[in-house]
Amino acid sequence: MTPLQRVQEKFSQEVIETHTFRGDETVIIRSNALRAVAQFLKETPELDFNFLMDLTAVDYLNFADGQIKREARFEVVYHFYSLKHNHRLRLKVPIEEKHPEIDTISDLWPSANWYEREVWDMFGIQFQGHPNLKRILMYEEFQGHPLRKDYPFNKRQPLVGPVN
Amino acid sequence: MSSASNFFTSKLSDALGWARKYSIFQYPFVTACCGMEYMATAASHYDIDRFGAGFPRFSPRQSDVLFVVGTISHKMAPVLKMVYDQMCEPKWVVAFGVCTCTGGFYDNYATVMGIDTIIPVDIYIPGCPPRPENVLDGLMKLQEKIQRGEQSRILYDSRTKIGRPAEFQQGYSIQKHLEDRESSV
Repeated sequence: MTPLQRVQEKFSQEVIETHTFRGDETVIIRSNALRAVAQFLKETPELDFNFLMDLTAVDYLNFADGQIKREARFEVVYHFYSLKHNHRLRLKVPIEEKHPEIDTISDLWPSANWYEREVWDMFGIQFQGHPNLKRILMYEEFQGHPLRKDYPFNKRQPLVGPVN
Repeated sequence: MSSASNFFTSKLSDALGWARKYSIFQYPFVTACCGMEYMATAASHYDIDRFGAGFPRFSPRQSDVLFVVGTISHKMAPVLKMVYDQMCEPKWVVAFGVCTCTGGFYDNYATVMGIDTIIPVDIYIPGCPPRPENVLDGLMKLQEKIQRGEQSRILYDSRTKIGRPAEFQQGYSIQKHLEDRESSV
């Protein structure tokens, strides 16, 4: 039984979609189930995902010039790896534009702490329960979230010197 | 003034220039990959010490030349300006690599488009990164400039596309910037 099948079996209600491409397994789940799924991935002995390899987000605003309709604007992406079993799982969680919020997993994987701060900094997605959710790359005075697709690509906010 | 004193002062500045150009204490402000080429230039194969510049000081108070080596982000810019302001006169600035010269290929929300928008630059060394030969060429050009007793005082305003004297921005601090922003809101 692959990790994907285990998640599908346990959380059949919360799984929106799954796919597999050349052995890369992806599960898309509802955001309110994130904590339960994450805990299941970490604490089930057969899964034992002890390594959070990456945590990032995608902004699908005007994706494919609006030709592909998507319900949620953002998607938070988690890449898990098990050092013991040498298997991987990709977890995607769609996030609505109106309420860009999701639960933190920084208590389960401490490395998520800085990743979540980066996603907050770049995309403006809030992580509920994060111990220290503040900007990590940009400066405090910076306004907006630069990797959002509606952030003007030529907007500059220098601290000293002219706007260039 | 008599011709004798003219002779004396001109020869004195020549001697000062000669002393200064062969005893450059540099402050390496290294932020990115150009640092590798800087190290190669400083190490024994290219041996920057042949030019009397082999003694990096990591205190701005003790240095004559600020080597800005690598991309400068807007977050780093106030630090760079503060380091420059802390250096004692006479002082020179070398922009090392295209990122410091113009921003290079980073045209984005994070990057300063050339450090000459913040501090005056004396020598530009382009390249991504510049080879050590290129750096040494720049260093020799800087030595010529030091010998002539010249210092850059020009800041470049990319909005108006003109250079302007650095005094224009004297006293322009982060605090002032924040106050300006407060009053404009």
